[in-house]
Amino acid sequence: MRHHLVLRVIAKMLIPFILLFGLYVQFHGDFGPGGGFQAGVIFAAAFILYALVFGDDQARKVVPDKALIVLVPLGLILYAVTGFYGLFLEGNFLDYNVLLNSPKAGQHIGIFIVELGVGITVAAVMISIFRAYAGRTRAIDDEDW
Amino acid sequence: MTNWLHHIPILIVAVPLISAPICILFTFGANRKAAWFWTLLVSWFAFLCSIYLLNHVLENGIISYHLGSWEPPLGIEYRIDLINAFVLLIVSGISAIAIPFGRLVVDKEIEPDRQILFYTTYLLCLTGLLGVTITGDAFNIFVFLEISSLSSYVLIAMGVRSDRRALTAAYNYLILGTVGATFFVIGLGFLYMVTGTLNIMDLSDRLTHLADNKAVHAGYAFIIIGLALKVALFPMHVWLPNSYTYAPSLISIFLAATATKVSIYVLLRFLFKVFGFSFDFIPLTLTFIFLPLAITAIFFGSVGAIYQTNIKRLFAYSSVAQIGYIVMGIALSNTIGLTAAVLHIFNHALIKGAIFMAAGCLVFRVGKLTTYTIRGLGKEMPWTFAALVLAGLSLIGIPTTVGFISKWYLLLGIMENGWWPIIPLIVIGSLLAVVYMWKIIEAAYFFQAPQDRAPVKEVPLELLIPLWVLVGCNFYFGIQTEITIRIAKEAATILLGNSP
Repeated sequence: MRHHLVLRVIAKMLIPFILLFGLYVQFHGDFGPGGGFQAGVIFAAAFILYALVFGDDQARKVVPDKALIVLVPLGLILYAVTGFYGLFLEGNFLDYNVLLNSPKAGQHIGIFIVELGVGITVAAVMISIFRAYAGRTRAIDDEDW
Repeated sequence: MTNWLHHIPILIVAVPLISAPICILFTFGANRKAAWFWTLLVSWFAFLCSIYLLNHVLENGIISYHLGSWEPPLGIEYRIDLINAFVLLIVSGISAIAIPFGRLVVDKEIEPDRQILFYTTYLLCLTGLLGVTITGDAFNIFVFLEISSLSSYVLIAMGVRSDRRALTAAYNYLILGTVGATFFVIGLGFLYMVTGTLNIMDLSDRLTHLADNKAVHAGYAFIIIGLALKVALFPMHVWLPNSYTYAPSLISIFLAATATKVSIYVLLRFLFKVFGFSFDFIPLTLTFIFLPLAITAIFFGSVGAIYQTNIKRLFAYSSVAQIGYIVMGIALSNTIGLTAAVLHIFNHALIKGAIFMAAGCLVFRVGKLTTYTIRGLGKEMPWTFAALVLAGLSLIGIPTTVGFISKWYLLLGIMENGWWPIIPLIVIGSLLAVVYMWKIIEAAYFFQAPQDRAPVKEVPLELLIPLWVLVGCNFYFGIQTEITIRIAKEAATILLGNSP
């Protein structure tokens, strides 16, 4: 993709906005349409676009494989820990009411953290799936087309 | 202070769930042994929890746990009665005994750098099966069913190192399993459309007045077909033989003993508790669809097993037949028949667990298992083969084994319904089991070892002890039948009764 100047410039311009939109969908999820799953996919789309335009090797420098191995479980752990935290405060599993002083604030913070966990895991899994396919050795090299 | 005992219903699912992502993090120490030990701890924890739950249910009745403190039917409810407490015990018990067996076997069969991921996936599979069993929310059942199914596709595919056909087997299972799960969720969609609820108790309350609703009928058909696919009821069993054959040994043990059992539990729950006998087409389904299919399954599975040369495949076909026995117990739809079905869910888990464990020992030493490669092994691996033969006797249904108990109750149930013509069929089914077990015994004890095979040693104690514990259970619960029969009888009464 060395000579596709237009693609590279446009991708560079778009990627920050995709990331920003991903964050918007993530954190506005409890007021409007959105949430962790959708946000994670949008967020991952930015990285996948980057990998498509600048190459898989370059993308691996941005998000190394080791980081993905941490991020995939991290989201789920975040989710489950929120659930377990309620147990320590004498609530039931995933009981957000007890997380903060008032149930309303508790519900806010609870869904916020849980959706953040979902977002992290979904984004990391999406990038991993893309990478699992893109990282395979190619039958035909790019130059041979 | 938190009363932790009160939270055991969620801990039994949530602890395996959170241990799976933690298990991935062992990658950084690249410590396979730690991952195995972690899985072992979690399995034993789940086993202890399930014993506590079963005890608690036996003494105090139904447990209801509200997730996030949302009251049902709005929130998700974990509802444990005797039936699912029993199935929980089966799933976690098999896992608790299979994992100690698994370390050496997994070391041999799975690539070193994939073992940690293997254990992670295993933990997810365990979570899924426990979750399906414990939850009282119909959609939650679907979610956990998918967790367990998706992870078992991956686990089966990991048998690829010994045989590349594991990939096609897993793919086959993936397609059929997904069709099954999709049918199930479409059916749930119909029910939700009509009733507006997903809580099982609430669903069954509301459905009593909707026996003539066409959408409910469609939902019923979708759910039953979807579950029958998951149960591997003939003729929807085609995914089963290859999956069990080419899966890694540990997974063959675990799935053969638990996965179809959990689906049968869900089938029981939907047939008798969600729809119930207010639907006059349920007895119809049971008598005119399930009964013929069960009989065909028994014969097809047993005869199919006789013609197999691959030992694991032979036992996989025998599983198809055994599922036939369980479904026949359901089809009888009287208390004794259902007792037999619930009993056989437990007993068959013990039998097939022991048999596939013995097969795992053989794979450990010989590699590919066929009636040719095991020739003469009876002398070289006496303990493994003695265990295999004893478990085989239990499979056939010799008195003092668990196999006898469940077949006895099945016969009693058939007599109660007066379906005399079926009784010879059960006897013939058992005789067919003698035939395929004899094939193995003949090869192992009455043939000389092939020339091209180096002499093999008996497997180490680490493998023999779990194997013999399971074989011991086969006899213990075949003689001390009070507990299992009491639980199975009460479970059958709950299923047939009108009370929740």
